[in-house]
Amino acid sequence: MPYKFYGGVHPPTFKTLTLDRPIKRVFIPKRVIIPLLQHTGSPSEPIVTVGDAVKVGAVIAKPTGFISSTIHASISGKVTRIAYSPTRMASRILSVTIESGDEDQEFKVERSGDPESLSKEELLGIIKKAGIVGMGGAAFPTQAKLSPPTGKIIDNVILNGVECEPYLTCDHRIMLEKTKEILKGLEIICKIVGAKNAYIAIEDNKLSAIYAMEKAILTTHNSQLNTKLVVLRTKYPQGAEKQVIKSILNLTVPAGGLPMDVGCIVQNVGTAFAIYEAVYFGKPLIERCVTITGSSVKEPVNLWVRIGTLLSDLVDCFGGFSKEPKKIIVGGPMMGLAQYTMDIPITKGISGIVFFSKDEIGESKESVCIRCGRCVEICAMGLAPIALMYRVKKENFKEAKELGIANCYECGACAYICPAKIPLLDYMKFGKAKIS
Amino acid sequence: MSRKNTSIGLYEVRKGENKLGVGSNMEESLVISIGPHIKDRLSTKKIMWAVTLSLIPAGIAGIFIFGINSLFTIVVSILTAIATEAIILAMRKKDINAVFDGSAVLTGLLLAYNLPPQVPLWMPIAGSFFAIAIGKQVFGGLGHNIFNPALTGRAFLMLSWPIYMTTWQNSRWSMDAITTATPLALYKYKEFDLLRNVSHWNLFIGNRGGCIGEVCIVALLIGAAYLFFKKYITWHIPITYIASVAVLSWAFNGRSVLFTGDALFFLLSGGLVLGAFFMATDYVTSPLGARGKIVFGIGCGVMTFLIRKFAGYPEGTSYAILIMNAFVPIIDRYTFPKWFGWRKG
Repeated sequence: MPYKFYGGVHPPTFKTLTLDRPIKRVFIPKRVIIPLLQHTGSPSEPIVTVGDAVKVGAVIAKPTGFISSTIHASISGKVTRIAYSPTRMASRILSVTIESGDEDQEFKVERSGDPESLSKEELLGIIKKAGIVGMGGAAFPTQAKLSPPTGKIIDNVILNGVECEPYLTCDHRIMLEKTKEILKGLEIICKIVGAKNAYIAIEDNKLSAIYAMEKAILTTHNSQLNTKLVVLRTKYPQGAEKQVIKSILNLTVPAGGLPMDVGCIVQNVGTAFAIYEAVYFGKPLIERCVTITGSSVKEPVNLWVRIGTLLSDLVDCFGGFSKEPKKIIVGGPMMGLAQYTMDIPITKGISGIVFFSKDEIGESKESVCIRCGRCVEICAMGLAPIALMYRVKKENFKEAKELGIANCYECGACAYICPAKIPLLDYMKFGKAKIS
Repeated sequence: MSRKNTSIGLYEVRKGENKLGVGSNMEESLVISIGPHIKDRLSTKKIMWAVTLSLIPAGIAGIFIFGINSLFTIVVSILTAIATEAIILAMRKKDINAVFDGSAVLTGLLLAYNLPPQVPLWMPIAGSFFAIAIGKQVFGGLGHNIFNPALTGRAFLMLSWPIYMTTWQNSRWSMDAITTATPLALYKYKEFDLLRNVSHWNLFIGNRGGCIGEVCIVALLIGAAYLFFKKYITWHIPITYIASVAVLSWAFNGRSVLFTGDALFFLLSGGLVLGAFFMATDYVTSPLGARGKIVFGIGCGVMTFLIRKFAGYPEGTSYAILIMNAFVPIIDRYTFPKWFGWRKG
């Protein structure tokens, strides 16, 4: 039986829209715009110039530091432009545009020896070369996460298939369709960090994924690794790193610390699959699974999308719109970012796009706080959002810091639950930006 | 939206101009905001009306027990509350629609429930006006008041016209037509012979003298169960409040010997159930966190006991809650939640 974490909310999930839609690989764009900062950390440095011909999977930018990532061409073609372009973030980011003619767009598998016999360092090298980042949303470079400083012993690897964000089903579909591959990826992760215990965390609303994973664990026998499937209660934000560790191992990551402080590493299931593909087929991270859903989408789908594909080019893949979209959210509706344009490229950290029509926007007028205490009750980090809100409003950032505003990871549960519709998350973000 | 439009948008991007896809009408009307992009359906208005709804059984019971006068008191009290709120909101140049958020209705209703059934009709008018004007709007309206408005109104009436506020009427079918005192008053003035007629069952169904809304315990419990079921209130305040009153009464309210008190009698008589479930739990005037709520509940219980036992009044629920309201900021400060992974130093 899993442990519990404090707080949490139960938003309606709407996952049935895309739950039974297999991930389709239907569309290779004629043009991609690949931002050179798709990950957390420092931007990558381009090594191609305008006019260069590139092949699919070729490196177009190299990392500029420890926390950075390699970036590859996701289609074959010509580099036509290197300039600042809009991305899902508010700011424009230096991006490489590749346009293709009639080149072969299939990636050639290049297997480098027996994957089972590779050493720890070689595996890390492959992951670094493949430009793999966390696929859950934060896009933290995986090789940096998998190289803990000496002295930190990692006992447990947790594979995060929780997917607590409403609407999104890409992790669920990957777990269903690539079950064995994910387990292979998990083995590689455990080998790199030297962990003995592996846990796969899935929320109890994904029964088919639980069943598939259980079956795969039983059939693939590995004597070195103690793999366990943990079914967690459906609750938001169950999938957050600190909460998932608390739920599975009952360990509390110290405030301001990292999972490795309690001997854990958490990786998304999508990341495990990308690692498997990189190690077994030498395939860099040039495509990812994206859920496209929402009330105004005609046919909600799960798609394999080449990195850099513009959202506006994908319109045909989901059959257009049944209602006029009023809000485009990249990511889930809880933590996602609203966009001002459709011309944004799909990047490594985008797990879903949600289109809301007029009915779902739910713009409600902010009223005064009635001190109901719900935000305090549900904050998974044990903060008092309303107290922080007053401090930030009065620009008393010093006190806000003392009350732990830095611990907020912006899950948005407080603003979700607030009956007075106070935009608490806005205040949290503003306060956090001011103290850093 | 057609494909043509988006390609115009793309063209804009390629030119590198600082235009945001003007080719498409859709993109001009996109809503941008910080998440979460979905919100819970619960609203302040919904909570207030739900609490009002949960109080209706007790009101019906009160009207049934004391007669139609009680209904007039309730209606007058609510109407005064709404009118006062509307006038003051207009004077403060605020949105008049805030009248319909249910909080004024709730205050009026709770004030009426805290009045004896036979009061003249100008009493609820005066009380309701005071509750809204001085108890609530002077502090800045909903969410800013320190003291429970309904109880502030009751305290005002109690201090100004104590005779009216302590003249009781028995239930319509009571055998004992002469005795017009609440069971707690009988206990206070040591009328133990008369008390013998008051059974626990009669207290439970409300066959006794008392305020309109406080007498019928079973109706109040139905309303409280609804609030618990809908998660509008948590156990922290009511349970600790009632438990501390029960323990203290059992320990110290016996006849000369410790630990022989009739705890159930003290729970069922007076306004404890109404106060614990519906007034001490008032969001605005109770602590934010769970630990603070427990401290608040125990504080209310101790205060109620002390007033009942040692003060001049037979009943202490309303003053106990008002006194503890004043302590809420300090309780909040010392029971501030410790965040996840908190370490000393």
